[in-house]
Amino acid sequence: MLLPMAVRSLASRRASVLLTVFTLALSTALLLGIEHIREQSRAGFFNTVSGTDLIVGARSGPVQLLLYSVFHVGSATSNIRWPSYTQLRDDPRVAWTIPLSLGDSHRGYRVIGTDNAMFEHYRYGEGQGLALAEGDQLDDLFAVVLGAEVARALDYQLGDELIIAHGTGNTSFKLHDNMPFYVSGILQPTGTPLDRAVLVTLEGLEAVHIGWRAGIALPGMQATPDQARQRDLTPRQVTAALVGLNSRMQVFHLQRELNSQRQDPLTAVMPGVALQELWQVVSLAERALLAVSSVALLIGLSGMLAVLLSGMQQRRHEVAVLRALGASPLRISTLLLLESLLLTLVGFLLGLALLWGGLYLLQQPLLEQFGLHLTVVTRLSTQQWQLAGFIVGLGALGGLIPAFMAYRMALVKSLGQRH
Amino acid sequence: MTAIIDIQQLEFAWPGSAPVVQLEQLQLQPGEHLFIQGPSGSGKSTLLNLIGGVLTGFSGEIKLDGQSLAKLSARQRDRFRADNMGVLFQQFNLLPYLNLVDNVCLPCTLSKQRRAAAVERSGSVKNEAKRLLERLQLPPEQYQNRSVAQLSIGQQQRVAAARALMGAPTLLIADEPTSALDAQARDVFMQLLLEELQQGATTLLLVSHDATLAGYFSRTLSLEGQN
Repeated sequence: MLLPMAVRSLASRRASVLLTVFTLALSTALLLGIEHIREQSRAGFFNTVSGTDLIVGARSGPVQLLLYSVFHVGSATSNIRWPSYTQLRDDPRVAWTIPLSLGDSHRGYRVIGTDNAMFEHYRYGEGQGLALAEGDQLDDLFAVVLGAEVARALDYQLGDELIIAHGTGNTSFKLHDNMPFYVSGILQPTGTPLDRAVLVTLEGLEAVHIGWRAGIALPGMQATPDQARQRDLTPRQVTAALVGLNSRMQVFHLQRELNSQRQDPLTAVMPGVALQELWQVVSLAERALLAVSSVALLIGLSGMLAVLLSGMQQRRHEVAVLRALGASPLRISTLLLLESLLLTLVGFLLGLALLWGGLYLLQQPLLEQFGLHLTVVTRLSTQQWQLAGFIVGLGALGGLIPAFMAYRMALVKSLGQRH
Repeated sequence: MTAIIDIQQLEFAWPGSAPVVQLEQLQLQPGEHLFIQGPSGSGKSTLLNLIGGVLTGFSGEIKLDGQSLAKLSARQRDRFRADNMGVLFQQFNLLPYLNLVDNVCLPCTLSKQRRAAAVERSGSVKNEAKRLLERLQLPPEQYQNRSVAQLSIGQQQRVAAARALMGAPTLLIADEPTSALDAQARDVFMQLLLEELQQGATTLLLVSHDATLAGYFSRTLSLEGQN
């Protein structure tokens, strides 16, 4: 009996009620959406590299090594000599290695020298490997595989020629324009920094640096592409290496061995540990986001309260009628509480629909424009359930105020309204 | 036969003031109609609030249908009102967001007893509501698409009367039900109300300052003002 009446009563005030529900829906969608993005970006962050047991680079701090090797931010102070790399690669405990050679760029995007082990062994997310959207791997000296974002932003097709610039600035004046590369493959979007990378072979990088000393092209020492193909292009160094082991048990042992080795000072870090360290810095922003959206929810709820409370004076005679009909004060205040609960619930459900619909529509644009990989999950995480309970609970708590007011009105010792 | 209302030595005063209600004895038999007339401030409404069970703290005895009001809890008094009383105010009797039929049906949603009485009379609650509206010259076919706000005050009071009579309550208490009406609407209202009351055994207690209503009643009680 109470519920249909609460619905009718709400329906009679539909303009302000709709506005309230919409405000609640928006703040719900905002709060849960931010939580969703927070969780997903956190997962994305920790999943930037997976399946790798150690990241090895020249001696430096773990976070710095992680930043330049995985996130392609900043640069290495020194490199791993090639013999050290091959020694590591050939170590019986090591299953595979992915070499990374950094330092050049193409129109603002990092050029990464590597080999086809990248396609075979690199893992991100929940163990996904790199997949080519079109074309082939790095099967030629001057072949280039583009990250999805690079190909899209610069509008490259298979077979297009491109010139690599020396250094990593956005506008580099020192171009390796004597040796053009060509696009042999384009990666599928991954949501990792590899979307913004230009992959070339280690030997290709060696070739363009023929005749260069200390970052300067010596006059008359450069080679033509055909000459380069005849040369011995064994790399002299790599910047870092991702290492997979045969047995996880050996991680600590190998790590200590590498960290304490003397002839070529190296640093080996476990990605998870370094990611955790880096996250401490990044997570400050995500908490600020959550705080802002909580404020948005509070605004939504106070909007609902304002609507409910401003209606109370007009409802004085409604309370009087119900009283005369023999409804107890408790029953009347329950009706009011039911109303706020109904409002909150409808607002919450609408917000959820808004969120999921919005995610569904924005998923592709977000991945393409911002490299933000959001999966649409139509179930709530534990954290989101907590937030949901928090929202509905606060709504019910807010509803106690008008309910209490109605209770007080109902206690008036008179039938009908007194003026 | 048990009297519907049996009042003995009733006295009520707001704290710190002179008594507003002093009544040595008053008895109403089933089906009887009583008009209580008096100027404002004479304690008419206070008496109704006492009988209605929302105002407590009196001395003496009020028995309704043999039940002593003083012995009932607040909840029991609410229940008694829901089951046995129809209440009419001067105005604002109706819920604006319900249509006429639903407004009339309201007492049956709060009382099983009155629901049962309505179903027994007309087969269903809705039918009984329609029958009552028709009796009070508000045929539902004609008025079903109108909202409460579109009715004249006289029509609203007739809808309220239909609601008060819904489910055959034993007692109908009315506080100045005609005071917002003009003379013509007042006469129509009183005639229709009394005609419908003749059909059942509902006891009527009506208070008003308007002495001209006395003509509709066989019994009249005059209360004197305090000033």
